[in-house]
Amino acid sequence: MSKAHDTLFRTLADPTRRAIFERLCREGEKTVGALTARAGVSQPVVSKHLGILKQAGLVRDRPDGRQTHYSAQLGALAPLIDWTSQMAGYWETKFDHLEDLLKRMDQ
Amino acid sequence: MTDAATETRSVVVEREIAYPPEKLWRALTQPHLMEEWLMKNDFKPDVGHRFNLRGDWGGVLDCEVLAVEQNRTLSYTWDFKHDDAAYDLKSVVTFTLTPTSKGTHLRMEQSGFRPTQKQALGGAHAGWKQFFDKLDQVVASEG
Repeated sequence: MSKAHDTLFRTLADPTRRAIFERLCREGEKTVGALTARAGVSQPVVSKHLGILKQAGLVRDRPDGRQTHYSAQLGALAPLIDWTSQMAGYWETKFDHLEDLLKRMDQ
Repeated sequence: MTDAATETRSVVVEREIAYPPEKLWRALTQPHLMEEWLMKNDFKPDVGHRFNLRGDWGGVLDCEVLAVEQNRTLSYTWDFKHDDAAYDLKSVVTFTLTPTSKGTHLRMEQSGFRPTQKQALGGAHAGWKQFFDKLDQVVASEG
């Protein structure tokens, strides 16, 4: 699996981050403030998630005066529609569970 | 990702695990531990043993142990019968464990997918299904 795939899967594996991204997909461009209002987490947390989404190429920011508007970059998702990537994503999720289990086995 | 000679593809997922191979091996081969991270199963680490993996989504995978090298390599078939050839899956999953200074390098290769495969089993039915359905719609609407 390419590093780009790895980044995409890791970025979207977080439920809060995914929710922010899905909302941008559904509702279009939003400011941090607007996203925070319904994210269930604080503004700094939303900003942090947006930073990670931006690094992965999944969102773009557009400064407008004192506000910054964020929008989803759907083209970045194209590799994920490929089934081999789906399977890789499946195993990434399974490996997350495996690591959780290994932690519990320690105790 | 493509092997032209056999017309099949493979998926490789690798991860650095912060635990020694011996411990990881237990999680990969003991049925009650496998159930916690993978699926319900009747696995035994014996070459030739046939077993099933049963997903929460109701699907059953037919598996046969192909290779067991304790703390190093585990390989089994990962087949899913489906009337529609496009969804029928015959594949082989191989886990390779390599000790590192910090724990274990875990490599999983799943091979045998045909290029015509429409859907990746598990990925499509587990937690990712809904997610990818949404992505499909989103990307489709993007044109």
